[in-house]
Amino acid sequence: MAVRKNQANLTATEKRTFVNALLELKRTGVYDGFVRTHDQFIMSDRDDSDRVGHRSPSFLPWHRRFLIQFEQELQKVDPSITLPYWDWTVDRSVNSSIFGADFMGGNGRSRDAQVTTGPFAYSTGKWNINVQAENSPFLQREMGAAGTLPTRAQVDAVLAMPVYDTAPWNSASEGSFRNYLEGWRGAGRVHNNVHVWMGGHMATGVSPNDPVFWLHHAHIDKLWSDWQRMHPSSAYLPAAGTANVVDLNDTMRPWNNVTPAQMLDHSAYYTYA
Amino acid sequence: MSSNVSRRIVLRGTAAAAAGVALLATGARAADHTGHTMDHTGHEGHGTGLAAFDEVYKGRRIVGKPVTSGEHAAHGGFAVTIDGKELHVMRNADGTWISVINHYQVFPEPLSLTRAAVDKLRGASLVPIQM
Repeated sequence: MAVRKNQANLTATEKRTFVNALLELKRTGVYDGFVRTHDQFIMSDRDDSDRVGHRSPSFLPWHRRFLIQFEQELQKVDPSITLPYWDWTVDRSVNSSIFGADFMGGNGRSRDAQVTTGPFAYSTGKWNINVQAENSPFLQREMGAAGTLPTRAQVDAVLAMPVYDTAPWNSASEGSFRNYLEGWRGAGRVHNNVHVWMGGHMATGVSPNDPVFWLHHAHIDKLWSDWQRMHPSSAYLPAAGTANVVDLNDTMRPWNNVTPAQMLDHSAYYTYA
Repeated sequence: MSSNVSRRIVLRGTAAAAAGVALLATGARAADHTGHTMDHTGHEGHGTGLAAFDEVYKGRRIVGKPVTSGEHAAHGGFAVTIDGKELHVMRNADGTWISVINHYQVFPEPLSLTRAAVDKLRGASLVPIQM
């Protein structure tokens, strides 16, 4: 069984294998296809019309399916790979090992936010930014310049919310575990705030340009799993008949062959260490 | 996705509109707005957050205007350009705003959202994302 591990516990070999597979998917163009897909959804998902990937109940199953697909591409390069997750309630410093030159690389430099260390530095020639909202070709980060990483207490407050999601099923939903985890509401602004804290590409619609995207979302996915264990009688909502929203048994774009119901249990694909 | 097609159409339309855009609201004072230390507070909207603007901020011409039809109306009724290139913006249900450059951080109205995008661009130009 594939096990997704905390990135802080990866061995040097596991880090190197993961990084090399990312570089290979980048080289073949597979990687940029994922960036493009994410951006298409983030630009078209709207509070007052059709919404699938974000600001809606299917935020969590959509990203679970998206990460599984990406993980499967990594596994074509090396079958031993699983996505690691980044627990930013613990590893919350620019100097944390996740940002070492042997893994994700460090912060951007002050002049142009360009990442200059690690495997994804522009100078390596292996990580050009191609799917872009602006014309800079290098990966950017401005860690800590805006936003704050959520604290464990803020995450725990969200995990304690018993109702999966509430009408109007968008960024205004109150009393909604999904919306408070996504971070359009709540003191921690949990998922959104991590994107903002990273800055650079992670703060934009083309956020998967930064490989940290996958480690962040693997942690969000784990928190959904944790929440399910804490609230075994709480179901995905809405159940049926909701305009503009993916109900439990509706299929999700872009796959059109997978429903939230089919994504509720991740154990067929991976477990969390 | 049908939205891809309509977005391409909108991008072309926006470029054409931006090329011939009339100065709106604060346009006559654009030359005065050369730095971020200027006090812009008097130029913001009154209640709706949908006041038009046309100014130079940190050397970039930023133009925002209400629109009442087409895809931009669905985006919250507002269109923004930076040096004539479209900044994709979206209105949240609670009235706050995000853009493709700041997609996870909300701003109270389009002007502060647009200035934040200029800050983040550091002189780079917006490009339409290839769908």
